Amino acid sequence: MTHQLEIKNLHASVGDQPILKGINLTIPRGELHAVMGPNGNGKSTLAKVIVGDPEYTVTEGEVLVDGQNILEMEPDERARLGVFLAFQYPVEIPGVTIANFLRLAMQARKEEGEEVTFTEFYGKLQSALKTLEWDESIVERYLNEGMSGGEKKRNEILQMLMLEPNYIIMDETDSGLDVDALRIVSHGVNSLRGPNLGGLIITHYQRLLDYIVPDKVHIIVDGRVVESGGPELAKRLDAEGYDWVKELATA
Amino acid sequence: MTVNPEAASINTEYEYGWSNPERYAIKAPKGLSREVVEMISKAKDEPQWMLDFRLKALDIFLSKPMPEWGADLSGLNLDEIYYYIKPEGFNARSWDDVPEDVKQTFERLGIPEAERAALAGVGAQYESEMVYHNLKEEWEKLGVVFLSIEDGMREYPELFREYFATVVPPEDNKFAAVNSAVWSGGSFVYVPKGVKVDIPLQTYFRINAENSGQFERTLIIIEEGAQAHYIEGCTAPAYSSDSFHSGVIEIIVKEGARFRYSTIQNWSHNVYNLVTQRAAVYGNGVMEWVDGNLGSKVTMKYPACYLLEEGARGEVLSIAMASRGQHQDAGAKIVHFAPHTSGNIVSKSISKDAGRSSYRGLVKIYEGARGSKTNVECDALLLDEEARTDTYPYIEIEERDASVGHEATVSKINDEQILYLQSRGLSEDEAAGLIVRGFIEPIAKELPLEYAVELNRLIELEMEGSVG
Ligand SMILES: Nc1ncnc2c1ncn2[C@@H]1O[C@H](COP(=O)(O)OP(=O)(O)O)[C@@H](O)[C@H]1O
Ligand SMILES: [Mg+2]
Repeated sequence: MTHQLEIKNLHASVGDQPILKGINLTIPRGELHAVMGPNGNGKSTLAKVIVGDPEYTVTEGEVLVDGQNILEMEPDERARLGVFLAFQYPVEIPGVTIANFLRLAMQARKEEGEEVTFTEFYGKLQSALKTLEWDESIVERYLNEGMSGGEKKRNEILQMLMLEPNYIIMDETDSGLDVDALRIVSHGVNSLRGPNLGGLIITHYQRLLDYIVPDKVHIIVDGRVVESGGPELAKRLDAEGYDWVKELATA
Repeated sequence: MTVNPEAASINTEYEYGWSNPERYAIKAPKGLSREVVEMISKAKDEPQWMLDFRLKALDIFLSKPMPEWGADLSGLNLDEIYYYIKPEGFNARSWDDVPEDVKQTFERLGIPEAERAALAGVGAQYESEMVYHNLKEEWEKLGVVFLSIEDGMREYPELFREYFATVVPPEDNKFAAVNSAVWSGGSFVYVPKGVKVDIPLQTYFRINAENSGQFERTLIIIEEGAQAHYIEGCTAPAYSSDSFHSGVIEIIVKEGARFRYSTIQNWSHNVYNLVTQRAAVYGNGVMEWVDGNLGSKVTMKYPACYLLEEGARGEVLSIAMASRGQHQDAGAKIVHFAPHTSGNIVSKSISKDAGRSSYRGLVKIYEGARGSKTNVECDALLLDEEARTDTYPYIEIEERDASVGHEATVSKINDEQILYLQSRGLSEDEAAGLIVRGFIEPIAKELPLEYAVELNRLIELEMEGSVG
């Protein structure tokens, strides 16, 4: 079995409006790939199609996790296979504490009849909070409710650390973060990095990629990958902007 | 930390919708008449003044029309109801005297467990009489009285007569009148001056006989500077023909006293639940109603705080859930009679499957109640397209120097929330359940843990299969 996330000729639409027009990407475990590109070109759509947002209809293509096509699966089944999306705009769930939610999410990954023990939960929580330089009292707060943009992003990474996914997708996690928060969040992601973790880092900024150095960089324009390369590609975008890649798309 | 590994396992044996074979010592004929009222009074061996009171209330009941506002009561046939049923074994002194099937009922309700958990006085009502009553000894020493209403009337005749029907007189409304005529069962609580009771006083009761009306009457007096919390939970088995429940709860909160009355009601889906709950609150006293309304066919219930003297405060926190065939018409009343009185209403409702929930609330500020204010927040959550909610906020302000805030929200479980939770591994049903639990959390967290767990469980039962 190949341990990788494969996206093959993926086409997806909202209603009858096509947004993804044949995406091809292969991300083996052990690698993190950056995904860049101008706003409104399908990056978030790609992320949401991978996790199974019913808002989008896949019209063609496949998404394989470790060789298994996941497109017919419910979002929670995909999560249990180890796919995790740090959302660009995490939603608020009033009245549900972060602690309670984390515990339920951990429990959801267990086999029938297996319980998340308090020690397991609490031990993991302590270490995740330490990595994220966060006080324990945060887990008493309601999930994303009334949190600042930066806190919401950090909370996404907290969940990521607790759930230990195999494939992460980070959708502009760096936007809205100040320099300290950016460093902390990147540290969190790097702490998970290793031969078992693969994923996509969607971002506009080199400053994130200075911390989380990508193995590859892909540029998406108009629902297609128009250019791929190494970390230097991100540096070029940072220096020159997106104008030249937009031309690639129309060429 | 709010994580409690024990929480989930409490009350897991709880079931809803069962009934025991009927076995009664006295059962009055169907319908309401002078004979029925006299029979009740005689069975209770009451003083003459109470019989006179009942008969007067009967006249008031007969002369008042059914209310034309609120929920649809056309399915309620008052001539088909049994107004009095007295079960065998009533007023047993100890657990051993209680008949076996009654015991089973209690066991199913978890009462012995509740006792083992060192919960305070357990008064349990089976049908229309107290069957089992128990009050912790140390409280008796403090002078705290927690009795069935009948025993209260017998053992504390002056106290009883001084306060009975002073907060909710029979003239108040048609259902207060019917209760006044045929009341039976309920609690009598007296907390003397300055006594603070920290463990909640609890009672469970349920309706068992088909077509039996339940007309419990509760009278609670909290003396100056005293504090207490009273909890009532009830369930009823499912029956095919409609049943009628009309209670009256009267509470007196004296100067500087503090009292909380919490209820979780889970009537079977054929019960008409028409209750009058009211508290008279004196200077700097605090009254809090925490009210959960599940089940029933129709509920009309508006816990009230009459803020009679300066500095009095009243709060009503309520949660209602309505599904198919149900109408929860619930809300609150805060009436400011004196300066610097304050109120707070938080009302939450969940509707699904063409169920209907309404918030109906009255805030009234009389002239002279300077510097008074009340805040009203009502939030409705709709689980599907067919569900319905409406709000009827009545605000009457006669005083210039006073304010009322009103905020209402209607929300639906949104797809993005479901996706978010599912993307972390929760199933669609679990996700919806969690969102609902979060919605009621502001109320649930005001309840003792085991009641909060029960409330969540009851809501989960109602939710089953509601998504997807
Ligand atoms: N739920 C949706 N409904 C309608 N249009 C959408 C929806 N999601 C995305 N789109 C459209 O698809 C295009 C790509 O959006 P998105 O994937 O969010 O871009 P990016 O993340 O690259 O900025 C945009 O034109 C956007 O307006
Ligand atoms: Mg985006």
